Amino acid sequence: MAEETGGEDAAFRAKVRDWIAANFPPALRGCDPLLYQGDAVAAAGDANFQLWRERMADIGWGVPTWPRRYGGAGLEEAQGRIILQELAAASAFNPIRSYGTMMLGPTLLEYGSEEQKLEHLPPIARHERRWCQGFSEPGAGSDLASLQMRCTDMGDHWLVSGQKIWTSGADQADWCFALVRTDTTSKHGGISFLLIDMKSPGVEARPIVLISGSTHFCEVFFNDVQVPKGNLVGAINQGWGIAKRLLQFERDSLSVGRGAVPSLAPLARDYVGVDEQGRIADPDLRARLIRNGMRVTAFGQTLKRLATEAKAGNGPNSGVSAVKNLWSDIMQERAELLVEMMGANGLGWSGEAFSDEERAATRAWLHSKAYSIYGGSYEVQANIVAKRVLGLPDHR
Amino acid sequence: MVVLSEEQVMLRDMAAEWARERMPVTAYRKLFTGAFPLGHDPAAWADMAAMGWAGIVVPEELGGVDFGYRSLGLVLEELGKSLAASPLISSALIVATALRLAGTAEQQARWLPGIADGSVIGALALDEGPRHAPLATALTARQRGDGWQLDGLKRPVPDGMAASLFVVVARTSGGPGDGDGLTLFLVEPDAVGLARTSLDQVDARSPALLTLAGVALAGDAVLGPVGGAGVLLDRILDCGRAGIAAEMLGTASQAFETVLDYLKTRVQFGQLIGSFQALQHRAGAMFGELQLLRSAVEAALAALDVGDAEAPQLVSLAKAMAGDTLHRISNEMIQLHGGIGMTHEHDAGLYLKRARVADQSYGNAAFHRERWGRLNGF
Repeated sequence: MAEETGGEDAAFRAKVRDWIAANFPPALRGCDPLLYQGDAVAAAGDANFQLWRERMADIGWGVPTWPRRYGGAGLEEAQGRIILQELAAASAFNPIRSYGTMMLGPTLLEYGSEEQKLEHLPPIARHERRWCQGFSEPGAGSDLASLQMRCTDMGDHWLVSGQKIWTSGADQADWCFALVRTDTTSKHGGISFLLIDMKSPGVEARPIVLISGSTHFCEVFFNDVQVPKGNLVGAINQGWGIAKRLLQFERDSLSVGRGAVPSLAPLARDYVGVDEQGRIADPDLRARLIRNGMRVTAFGQTLKRLATEAKAGNGPNSGVSAVKNLWSDIMQERAELLVEMMGANGLGWSGEAFSDEERAATRAWLHSKAYSIYGGSYEVQANIVAKRVLGLPDHR
Repeated sequence: MVVLSEEQVMLRDMAAEWARERMPVTAYRKLFTGAFPLGHDPAAWADMAAMGWAGIVVPEELGGVDFGYRSLGLVLEELGKSLAASPLISSALIVATALRLAGTAEQQARWLPGIADGSVIGALALDEGPRHAPLATALTARQRGDGWQLDGLKRPVPDGMAASLFVVVARTSGGPGDGDGLTLFLVEPDAVGLARTSLDQVDARSPALLTLAGVALAGDAVLGPVGGAGVLLDRILDCGRAGIAAEMLGTASQAFETVLDYLKTRVQFGQLIGSFQALQHRAGAMFGELQLLRSAVEAALAALDVGDAEAPQLVSLAKAMAGDTLHRISNEMIQLHGGIGMTHEHDAGLYLKRARVADQSYGNAAFHRERWGRLNGF
């Protein structure tokens, strides 16, 4: 795919390639970056990861398009894409990638004060400060704007009380960006966007055990937590607009920019066997594998096409919701097919009797059920597509 | 994904404007009155040829503009929106490609200028039974001195009633099912022993049933290699498949737009029916499928233009998705319009009929899923 024609881009690509070759620790080649992204203990205990993180932080390529004064490299979007492509080509990864770079950072760049940017963006750009997202509450899931966590103006500080849930990595997070209620008389117009230090007295995060065995999500309790006045982002009661923009960034990062998805054909041949014509021996499973494989391919083509089209526009748009639903639909089906082809071995939970691959497939299948729930459920995304993309009318 | 050039944007806009003004669905509707027994409106075809569309993949020195498959796909997509009937795929895409890939200098000089200016209409005579299966070809070609004798039957032959040049796929050795032994022949419709009759299909495009009984051809009627045309035929067909997938993308997109308009205007239970969540989510799902289809079609056409070795699987992906998506949206078009969608007066039925014929053409969705699966190790 010839994306650039100018010699300038080719020269930059060569520079990036050389730098990665010289600086990426070979021991990390092919490692799952989500492990480090999701587990602060694993990340802290891995000297190679720390070395790689520091080198990427020093050159600013974890957030290449952010301005230099905030820890970025001040590069163009196209150059940022080249860095991602070269990382993938070298079986490397971006060690800086986090909720901070994907969600809060872009939001602060648009809405934050200069003081907030200078305080929070550089540690995000170095992945030295972990963030969690305090949005959902027990009574506010898909209907997020019904959130109730109270934030009261005490003159010299804010006083926060309430509960958040489904907060990814809250037990390991240093800070939380939260939606809080500053006015009870207006649903959408009574929400503010607040930055809370997780070490503040009164904050408690408890992990939740999921069907996949994961303890990644937490419930977080805020009991009369005092927060400095300067931690409110944007104006008071204007948090919903900021949150909507942040959710666009989140959807964008959830579905767009994923690497190539491996074909299931080789594994299927191993597990199911082939007939005398060399086809996967189970014709029913084979037909469904083919259908899903085609959709995976067309989805990859769609990401490329939308990225090309987006070069002309600016930032994420509402079409992202349609892409997210395609992605969750296609990848959930793929996870089901992987488990199905492994048969009884695809339902192993632990122990040496199952291969690493088999146990991972079981967990991945269970985890995939969340694809259509997090980041705005399938149904909420479908509502967004209907209203904002297709212009269908509201119900009266 | 390749960004459109300025010329391609102009070509697409010109095609869109012309199709809107000259070939709205009402023009297609006339085919159902029997007004155009050739399967298209000759005056409209003359317009299209005058705009250069018949020569888009023909080399410049032979009267074309050598503008590539993606460019022709843009025109086909626009024409597909209003179901505009023309021999563009048969002649300007498939037969032009056959001559370009396999023709001798004499054959190209004899036929390509006419194809490029629209005065010659080419048609591929391949299928013989109800299913697209190139290797099942049974029509025989036997050597007779320096020449050949063809015997057999072809159906359906798209644009066969209008054709002034057939590319006939014949078997020079082996039997039905064999990969080897296929040969292409250039056959003119006035050849002794050739007869054609019109097939009355649901989409009123009137393909032909061709019978060849002792049709004698000179040795120079052979197009490409004798007995080894299977790979060549696949390459030719892939161009046609990508082209009709582009047309189907246009048809599906317009069917969807028509549905959306109806959801925004039809009132029941005191509401615009487009405000009902059940219908909104169905519309959203169709929108998503259209995104995948557009990507697959553009990737297939681009692959043909650069000679990508993966073009066969990319084309099968596009044609299969076009078949599945248009099938779904054309069905939804009827259902979401309710009773009015069942009437001949409404356009929904025309989209449904054309959708099924387009799916069957050059391999339906199942054919191309199987082909994609084989090419990808399934």
